[in-house]
Amino acid sequence: MSLLIKDKDIVVPGEELAKGIEYSSGYGTYKDKEGIVASKLGLVNIRDKEISLVPLSGRYMPQRDDVIIGQIEDISFSGWRVDTGSAYSAMLSVRDATSEYINKGADLTRFYDLGDYIVTKILNVTSQKLIDLTMKGPGLRKLVGGRIIEVNAHKVPRIIGKAGSMVSLIKEHTNCKITVGQNGLIWIDGSPADELVAVNTIRKIEREAHISGLTDKIKAYLEECCKKNE
Amino acid sequence: MYNNLKLHIINCLNENIRFDGRKNDEHRKITVEYGISKSAEGSARVKIGNTEVIVGVKTEIGTPYPDKPGEGTIMVGAELTPLSNPDFENGPPSIQAIELARVIDRGLRESEAMDFKQLCIKEGEKVWLLLIDICTVNDEGNLFDASSLAALAALKDMHFPAFDGEKIDYKKKSEKKLELKEEPLSVTVYKIGEKYVIDPTNEEEVFVDSRLTVAATSDGTICALQKGGDSALTEEDIDAMIDLSIKKTQELRKHL
Amino acid sequence: MNRPDGRRFDELRDIEAKAGIIKRADGSASFKIGDTIAYAAVYGPRNLYPKFLQNPEKGVLRCSYNMMPFSGSGERIRPGSSRRSKEISLVTQKALLPAINLNEFPNSVIDIFIEFPQTDAGSRCAGICAVSIALAEAGIPMKELVAAVAVGLVNGEVAVDLSKEEEDLGGAVDIPIAVTTRSGKISLLQMDGMIKAEDIKKGVALGKKACQKIFEIQKKALKEKYNTQ
Repeated sequence: MSLLIKDKDIVVPGEELAKGIEYSSGYGTYKDKEGIVASKLGLVNIRDKEISLVPLSGRYMPQRDDVIIGQIEDISFSGWRVDTGSAYSAMLSVRDATSEYINKGADLTRFYDLGDYIVTKILNVTSQKLIDLTMKGPGLRKLVGGRIIEVNAHKVPRIIGKAGSMVSLIKEHTNCKITVGQNGLIWIDGSPADELVAVNTIRKIEREAHISGLTDKIKAYLEECCKKNE
Repeated sequence: MYNNLKLHIINCLNENIRFDGRKNDEHRKITVEYGISKSAEGSARVKIGNTEVIVGVKTEIGTPYPDKPGEGTIMVGAELTPLSNPDFENGPPSIQAIELARVIDRGLRESEAMDFKQLCIKEGEKVWLLLIDICTVNDEGNLFDASSLAALAALKDMHFPAFDGEKIDYKKKSEKKLELKEEPLSVTVYKIGEKYVIDPTNEEEVFVDSRLTVAATSDGTICALQKGGDSALTEEDIDAMIDLSIKKTQELRKHL
Repeated sequence: MNRPDGRRFDELRDIEAKAGIIKRADGSASFKIGDTIAYAAVYGPRNLYPKFLQNPEKGVLRCSYNMMPFSGSGERIRPGSSRRSKEISLVTQKALLPAINLNEFPNSVIDIFIEFPQTDAGSRCAGICAVSIALAEAGIPMKELVAAVAVGLVNGEVAVDLSKEEEDLGGAVDIPIAVTTRSGKISLLQMDGMIKAEDIKKGVALGKKACQKIFEIQKKALKEKYNTQ
């Protein structure tokens, strides 16, 4: 057997995963003369004969079609510059901002002002990491009220759950409105006590995302918290 | 959205449930560790929640000030290290670092925590200089309280190095400790909207309108004051904040 | 002849490594070897200003090495950078570059900060060991981790991981080495003192072996962070 590790093991960069040519190298790994090696800190994922890694950490890298929560950081004649929570800012141009017709020279702050948080979709990312956004689409909007927390972007799939099951669980138990951005920014709106439960639950998922049996644990945790609050 | 968020925070403060579940006047968990640096003559590490500050004390022999020939003195410096906060940069001390150092300095100096005469070696010629350096390791808010606690703890931890009258042998510590007559501690009270808040996280600090740092000795005598922030305070504010701060410094002393 | 603390010539001092000690950083670690303690924090990839510093082909790696004023073995160290700390920052950056894949991050920067609360020789090496752990914790793509140790001559014999006491002995030689632990190449090599070429070869070989031991400790520190949750 040329595999040196098993599925769901935690591995570090430079750690040897498999010897020889039996397996192919997927995301987060590379091949050298002797075999397949990890190139990130991550969880081993073996599917068919491919070894890839699920990264445990790392800042968000913008990708086309991602729906993120961004913050307006600058306004120019042609649109808005948006902080995406990554090393790269994005541009929201006037024509992609709204289905309304915007006059040339109109006051753009009427639509989105400095510091506003928006739920927006990434249209395109070039190789030089220039990013275009759009606000035209279902669910895309300016956020009003509530608060924003930041989680590790790699944990977002766990926080959303299969077909949104995890985040729905949290919404039900806490009566909070919740929007999760692919970039790790999460918007929560509810009463102070309920928001606290939602935030604590999300942080718990973030910490234990790589451990199995999480859904049941979270169900139990939410039920505990709600009992306390009654 | 800043205004929106601020309203949201004030809403929470009105219900006395902050973003992390604490009450408005509660500190996060505090730990104090003594002697964390063998290279320093005295040192301490303080954690308030995840905020972490290290203070080290080094000694030097110097000449006294001409108007105080029989006294040594202290110097307090602060480094807001880029390690501890993505917004801090390398370079000469920022104005925040300078303010922090000078406020901690005044608390120690004005309280006459130590009789500077004990630092005299030869009147008019040789005195001990105590060099106190505050280094931030993780900044999640409230560096003032953490630094004040750590500076005092480092002084309590201090042993003079071996000194033969001419040269210091830094490799050997003597039995002699620093005599502290007073133990000045400061707690900073922050005002967000109309509410007084203790120990804000870095998230909450963004919304602070003004703050009052009050340093006091163990019997509640105030030895230093510093108002900061962009907004002004009323007389009632000042009374209330001083009272709250003194109450909190007494609680903080338990951690020493 | 023995070593002052009784260690074998190929024996490292006691090591304690921990990942994730600075919560605000994207990645962080502490690395303690003997009485030298290094803290490392990684921020990035993040925006890089001013713009002229940006590289449109790949990310920039920026390193800063700094000793806390009370961390030296003698007098207080004046805060701020010195020629020595600037040079160490440079060789630290060079030690890490071969292992890191910066192509994914054009026009951005990965900032590394190393601080020391306490030192007893071997600080630049401890810094590199800490930084490697921090970079991995920050999710930066790396072909391998980098480990480093100082080798040298103690009482005429080639030895690994010199303490300050040993550095101060007459005839001591100090050779910091960093090794890319998978490919076994040397990314940092400096020397202070007088030594025969064959002793350098012996020292490098000893250093490489020691760095493999350090790699096991770095690995453990990273895995421990996730296993205890």
